[in-house]
Amino acid sequence: MESQKELTIIEKQAKRRKAIQNTFVYLLLTIWGLMVLFPFYWMVLTSVKSYSAYSSEHIPKFYTTNPTMQNYADAFTAVNLGRYLMNTLLFTVVTTAVMLVVTVLAAYAFSRIQFAGRELVFMIFLALMMIPNELVIITNFVTITNWNMRNTFAGLILPSITSVFYIYLLRENFAQVPAELYYAAKVDGTSDLKYLLKVMVPICKPTIITITILKVIECWNSYVWPRLITDDSNYFLVSNGIQEIRENGLGRENIPAMMAAVVIVSLPLILLFLLFHKKIMEGVSRGGTKG
Amino acid sequence: MENKSLKGWLYLLPALLFLGVFMVYPLIDVFIYSVEEGYNSASQTFYGYGAYNFSYVLHDTYFLQAIRNTFLLVVITVPISTGIALLLAIALTSIEKFRNLYQTIFFLPYVTNTLAIGLVFMILFKKTAYSDGMINMLIMAVGGHAIDFIDGPYAAKMFVLCFYTIWVVLPFKILILTSSLASVNQDYYNAARVDGTSKWRIFTKITLPMISPSIFYLIITGFIGAFKAYSDVVALFGTDLNAAGMNTIVGYVYDMLYGDSGGYPSYAAAAALILFVIVLTITVINMLVRRKHVYI
Repeated sequence: MESQKELTIIEKQAKRRKAIQNTFVYLLLTIWGLMVLFPFYWMVLTSVKSYSAYSSEHIPKFYTTNPTMQNYADAFTAVNLGRYLMNTLLFTVVTTAVMLVVTVLAAYAFSRIQFAGRELVFMIFLALMMIPNELVIITNFVTITNWNMRNTFAGLILPSITSVFYIYLLRENFAQVPAELYYAAKVDGTSDLKYLLKVMVPICKPTIITITILKVIECWNSYVWPRLITDDSNYFLVSNGIQEIRENGLGRENIPAMMAAVVIVSLPLILLFLLFHKKIMEGVSRGGTKG
Repeated sequence: MENKSLKGWLYLLPALLFLGVFMVYPLIDVFIYSVEEGYNSASQTFYGYGAYNFSYVLHDTYFLQAIRNTFLLVVITVPISTGIALLLAIALTSIEKFRNLYQTIFFLPYVTNTLAIGLVFMILFKKTAYSDGMINMLIMAVGGHAIDFIDGPYAAKMFVLCFYTIWVVLPFKILILTSSLASVNQDYYNAARVDGTSKWRIFTKITLPMISPSIFYLIITGFIGAFKAYSDVVALFGTDLNAAGMNTIVGYVYDMLYGDSGGYPSYAAAAALILFVIVLTITVINMLVRRKHVYI
């Protein structure tokens, strides 16, 4: 009897301790969650405040009573935001598409075709993974300038295409596909290209999707190369557009309109994330680096 | 066989072309640039070869300031962000309700445009003629004085930069650590629990050693990433980073290459190589430490 009683007391204590611990854990998580969300809230909030309302708030308000969409209209008319968005879309689609073709072909050569020098070339590829972009961008800038490709889409896209890391990632995945399939296909007289497209690509679709998503994010956010290679605002991508808006456009003080532009620029990736958040997080934990 | 070799090279050809032109050739070229003295980008001529570019860069006050800023940023943000990420990842692993929701929210900064959200941070911290800004309002609410974080004292600017950097890099770290924590074999924990091991002991003797490879991976990528800081700095302080006194090494490279003070690919190459040597050294040191302390 006595020990039974003791046991229930211990159980109760343990439960209470667990409850206190849980409260702390949720408090911590919620605090950080709010810190993550707050800038987004502030951005949307500011973007629907009218310019006069915003300017008259010496102490910024956490809400607004009469939201306006005027800033969104301004963002498209006062600066060429629509153009920046279209440029970025074109840049992202073309770069990602060409990257996929190049990557799939190279990964296939490395994993399925036996040829002299393959291992050596692969070693060189692995070594190239460690080369930081900052080291090669100087010459690329000069090359593109010499080719008269500044302020062209070709100049933006060409040096942005290859990612050695993605070739490596896909090769590893291709190598996991049983070689028997390949020999069977060979016996049947299937060509390599057909085998690649009909067997390898469908089997390795998850990795290909991962690579695609990572590249899309990278392209949408790219800033440094576009900044170096374009000074004609007709070829600006959204990052450069945002920077241009910050420094010259919309009037330095028109912060609500600036925030409207920021919302528009952020929205596509956030939507993409909300739709594919499982896929994206999985992909990043397998192959992403940032920070 | 001959046929197969040809086919192999054919499949590799596009990758080789792109890499050759935009990576291998530039890699060799950057060394050449860095030793060409007095290079003139307009006439493409130079006087001779030597180490003058390195000496110029190393004596340039802007470069020294960039080095100082970058090192400060690295030393402050890498340990803090890794620590916070570890704390949040452990908290995430210990709950069941709303775990996915929190995880998704925490990941949000990863998919946002650095320049765009940087602008929001600037607005939050900036003090203007007509408003002290959101953050200053909070500071004054607890009895402090308003500070201009964007154009004000160096420490304030550095604080915003570190804060924003941590905010941006945390999603990746939390993600890696949560999946690493989830992959620890539960048998170890059960065995320890049977033995009545204390929580702290379980953490230091089981959890930490088991996830140490991920922690080291994050520290290495964190160092490399922070050493290359640039676009988040631009987002907060504008493109003229030298004037703001907030330039970074990468920023210095780009300013030397292009922009109002640009047109000096030789100086840019020298600075980029110095950065590469710094990053390489630190990575090697990290690897050596890793060999001593990582268990798997």
